[in-house]
Amino acid sequence: MSEKDRPLLIEAQDFNGLLLSLKRLGYATYAPTVRDGAIVYDLVDSADDLPIGIGDVQEPGSYRLRKRGDGSFFGFVVGPHSWKKFLHPPTVKLFTINSNGKIVANLENSDQKLAFIGVRPCELQAIKILDKVLLGGEYLDIVYASRRKDVFFVVVNCIEPGGNCFCASVGTGPEAKDGFDLCLTELLKPDGHYFLVRIGSEKGRELISSVHYRQATDEEVELASRLLTLSSEHMGKKLEIKGMKELLYRNLDHPHWDEVAKRCLTCGNCTMVCPTCFCTTVYETTNLSLKYAEKWRSWDTCFSQEFSYIHGGPIRYSISARYRHWLMHKMATWMDQFGTLGCVGCGRCITWCPVGIDITEEVKQIDKRDGEVKVKVE
Amino acid sequence: MVSSGQAQLVVKEETALRWMSVSKVVKETVDTYTLYLKPRTGERFSFKPGQFNMLYVFGVGEVPISISGDPKNLNHIAHTVRAVGAVTNSLTKLREGARVGFRGPFGNGWPIDEAVGNDVLIVAGGIGLAPLRPVIYHLINNRQDYGKVFVLYGARTPNDLLYKKELKSWKGRMDMDVLVTVDKGDETWKGNLGVVTMLFDYVKLNPDNTYAFVCGPEIMMRFTVINLKNKGLPDEKIFLSMERNMKCGIGVCGHCQFGPYFVCKDGPVFRLNQIKMFFGKREV
Repeated sequence: MSEKDRPLLIEAQDFNGLLLSLKRLGYATYAPTVRDGAIVYDLVDSADDLPIGIGDVQEPGSYRLRKRGDGSFFGFVVGPHSWKKFLHPPTVKLFTINSNGKIVANLENSDQKLAFIGVRPCELQAIKILDKVLLGGEYLDIVYASRRKDVFFVVVNCIEPGGNCFCASVGTGPEAKDGFDLCLTELLKPDGHYFLVRIGSEKGRELISSVHYRQATDEEVELASRLLTLSSEHMGKKLEIKGMKELLYRNLDHPHWDEVAKRCLTCGNCTMVCPTCFCTTVYETTNLSLKYAEKWRSWDTCFSQEFSYIHGGPIRYSISARYRHWLMHKMATWMDQFGTLGCVGCGRCITWCPVGIDITEEVKQIDKRDGEVKVKVE
Repeated sequence: MVSSGQAQLVVKEETALRWMSVSKVVKETVDTYTLYLKPRTGERFSFKPGQFNMLYVFGVGEVPISISGDPKNLNHIAHTVRAVGAVTNSLTKLREGARVGFRGPFGNGWPIDEAVGNDVLIVAGGIGLAPLRPVIYHLINNRQDYGKVFVLYGARTPNDLLYKKELKSWKGRMDMDVLVTVDKGDETWKGNLGVVTMLFDYVKLNPDNTYAFVCGPEIMMRFTVINLKNKGLPDEKIFLSMERNMKCGIGVCGHCQFGPYFVCKDGPVFRLNQIKMFFGKREV
């Protein structure tokens, strides 16, 4: 390792300095914080707003916070929020128009600089995926583009994976390789609480120089890398992605789709918590005088029948077809559309599914019984 | 930082809401109307056969509607609309002089250039004739560029047939074969009875140089494909125009997915071999 690339080390007490520097630079500072018994992403004023000493316990259909008994800043994985909500808002007004057809208020162009603090490697990949989906095609999504202009990423690697995590299987974590401004690994050592810092951009370099830091020792670098290796070996879930696309493509008529459908409530939770689900619907509202109309856009879910409705009825009438559409989009068709998986292995869909449907398990079931075809009852 | 931030906020012309005014309304059937729209003075609009516009009604919303007129007549942009929902009901109530918002044109259109020098077979079911009418106009306008032209058209009843006047004039042409059928006739109907695929018995296709353009309900397209395969047409020369729910028209809302495709931007026209894995599968 050349001295130039050697990671830096900051003490935990200097973390707040990074946050304050970002604020001074005009960034709105978003980070994990505890609300309503969950870790959510919101504006924070200082490091005191972080979920200090809080961890989470996740299982299929279950999410609980716990006291860790230490002072860790990032001793949890991902909660119900993802950074998507800031870049691709759940609802947004596209325009206001008057009855003469004149647009009287256009989309508010967001000029707010955003700092995302505590972004997990899987979530960084999710943003890279959204960039492809919403900015990479022939047409830009202007809502996303305007919010995406100036985002500062402070990524925090995952040394303790959660019960539903499988980023190691899909290659998105637990360590971020690139695409960040700063990438931190939290080190709780007997002699103190530190962050190993890798710099990913010039902006990151400038920011780190605003706080007290030193070069990390070999031992510290080694410790971080050992923790991350351990982390990738202890993922709560596993998914075999080799040949997965072909597996799913050849099993459109597999009986397991119907078996999942018996459990799926079509609530759409999985699509709301998914950091890459991007589907939206639009609707129009008018005032009582019918002089003005507003066009709104909000997140939509492919689990509703309305989603695929065309005259005569929904294309995906059965729950089975809707689940198949969603899973196949994440794990197969996304590859053909955008060249990557649509899944980053964050496990949110497993945790927040009220009946604990587990996307990794459903793929496994199809793999186990590859080629089975449901018997048609006509 | 993930480098994308520099994305330029250039809004392409077709994605901006623009306006046209209704210049003529033709009632096609009891619930289907063709709106002819005139671009505003100084504005130009052109399209490829098979493309669609997102038509907008103030306070109601937007729907994707195929452009159904002559691609050379850029002063009267035709849209054939069947009143089946809130927006289409509002659209069909519009009369001459009314204003219609639109974004477009979107979609890829039919491969009219690739088909040059070949015979062209058009198979349409019901309102599926609308996105194919521009092709028929194009073939007539450029008749010398193509071989034989066949039009097979089926509707439920004689009252459901679109473009009755034109069907009559196309039938009268010596340079194309136009065959029409209805599922159920009435007392005045003297033509064919049965689904559109039975018209295949009356045409002699040359499988080596025929392009087939098909649009209609999915079930009709499935059986049409079976007939085309029986006639020996290769998958590469069979084209289908697909329909899915659409909200944005530009491939970002996710609604129109059909297997790995976004019907709005990858389609609506697909080559059969492109979609073979998914075409005919239930609820894809």
